[in-house]
Amino acid sequence: MKPLYKRKFSQGIAFSLFRGASYINVLVLAVFIGFIAINGISAISWEFLTQMPRESMTEGGILPCIIGTIYISLGAILVAFPLGVGTAIYLNEFAGEGRWTRILRMGIINLAGVPSVVYGLFGLGFFVILLGMGVSLLAGALTLGAFILPLIIGSAEESLRSIPQSYREASLALGATKWQTIYKMVLPAAFPGMLTGFILGVSRAAGETAPIMFTAAVYSTGKLPSSIFDEIMVMPYHIYVLATAGTSIDKTRPLQYGTALVLICLVLGLNLAAIIIRNRLQKKL
Amino acid sequence: MGLQSWQREKLVHGFFLLVGASGVIILLLIFLFLVREGLPIFEVVSVVDFIFGTQWYPTYDPADYGIFSLIVGSLCVVGMSSLIAVPVGVCTAIYLAEIAHPRTRSILKPVIELIEGLPTVVIGFFGMVVMAPFLQNLLDLNTGLNIFNASIMLAFMAVPTIASISEDAIYSVPGHVKEGSMALGATHWETISRVILPASLAGISTAVVLGIARAIGETMVVLMVAGGAAMMPESVFDPVRPMPASIAAEMGEAPFRSNHYHALFAIGLVLFVFTFVFNLIASWLSERHRQVGEANL
Repeated sequence: MKPLYKRKFSQGIAFSLFRGASYINVLVLAVFIGFIAINGISAISWEFLTQMPRESMTEGGILPCIIGTIYISLGAILVAFPLGVGTAIYLNEFAGEGRWTRILRMGIINLAGVPSVVYGLFGLGFFVILLGMGVSLLAGALTLGAFILPLIIGSAEESLRSIPQSYREASLALGATKWQTIYKMVLPAAFPGMLTGFILGVSRAAGETAPIMFTAAVYSTGKLPSSIFDEIMVMPYHIYVLATAGTSIDKTRPLQYGTALVLICLVLGLNLAAIIIRNRLQKKL
Repeated sequence: MGLQSWQREKLVHGFFLLVGASGVIILLLIFLFLVREGLPIFEVVSVVDFIFGTQWYPTYDPADYGIFSLIVGSLCVVGMSSLIAVPVGVCTAIYLAEIAHPRTRSILKPVIELIEGLPTVVIGFFGMVVMAPFLQNLLDLNTGLNIFNASIMLAFMAVPTIASISEDAIYSVPGHVKEGSMALGATHWETISRVILPASLAGISTAVVLGIARAIGETMVVLMVAGGAAMMPESVFDPVRPMPASIAAEMGEAPFRSNHYHALFAIGLVLFVFTFVFNLIASWLSERHRQVGEANL
């Protein structure tokens, strides 16, 4: 056997390698946010956040994109949250360990793995064309809702699982029916945990581009959306279009950075809120 | 007249059964629509020519619908990003689960979750405006938008997936297994490398497979950073056009129900099958993982 100091030496090397690898993550995130923030901060002003674009997008603000992003992510969560929580309740409270349950779980795992652009194709074929919704806020919200469904199911199930079985047994022993137990005991206790899923779902929907490229988002609408059948402008698509297409890519560079910074602040702010809520909950339990 | 309580319970059960099936129904619908809108292309080209044809000229007359260069583009980008993301992700997981001080851990974990939450379009934007000019100047290339750049950006996205799932796997190795090894006089590193890692290998493989599956389907990054040339690459600094990028870039221009439109849905179907297979492999691996425990140690 090798002497102990040699073994300790190789441990030191291995551990510093692991430490280095983890710190790379922090470094990369810092560089990433730093670059966007330094270049984007000068573009951000009150006008940038509250005005319509002017001069074929080279001046003015991104108000319609901000409004569109808020509408479509709230629309998506409105679709996905009830379905996701319902699915989680079924899987955790009603379903046994049969073959049917295995198929359901398998389906949800695979749904989570479907590429985002394939959701876009599905939304185009189903909502936009077959159901005749056209390229609209509604079609985009439904497509995005399907996209974030697995995430909502996952987090809702996790919070249901964290409710002790004794809660349910106590309620049932008092003569409550299964539905009364779920409605009055389990759901109120699980709600704070589901809230993190809600926030993460909104954040994921706000930042995603591919599912709404063919179903809701357009380059320019010229006005704010006024009905669910309107085409909309959203921040992620705005960044993509300004950065890749058009004749004045360099001229709109500050606006691209500015939009990216607003989007990052929104998405990371929501994620941070979800992480903080979850950590509070874990301390309580 | 009210419902009897048992009737209401049955109704509630039925309702949740229906809602619970929504995930599977959506998955089936996705598959159905890909098939319905994708299959008509095979009246124009054969399956073999579609998958192994290297010419992708969907807007020419006569048009060519061979997606082999797109598949190769996807595989190059994903393969190379795995070379970066797998070591970094697994090392991060080991550090988090075994070595890090609880306070370090309480900072590192949120950082990784925040990276996972970054909008992909912003990562693509960063690759375009920061990384591409940097690489171009540094290595004196024709274009900074290439396999290499796209792989780095994709790796950045895949690391959190690999790290968080691997960490769970490492964490779930029973504590007494580790204590047994330490009690026999092994150092902490020897314990990790000879006991803990072999015991969590299935879980780590699941993480790697899921990370790769996510990278294959990722759209915005490869759309903005991979360069977009539908050609067979000859070096890692060549531009490529991975499958998701092709769909996203061309669907806007393809006329409704044209051959081009059907071909793009067929690419979606190929992509769907790729990720489906990867997910099946991951599920199979994690099934095996479940059996690791006291019983067979």
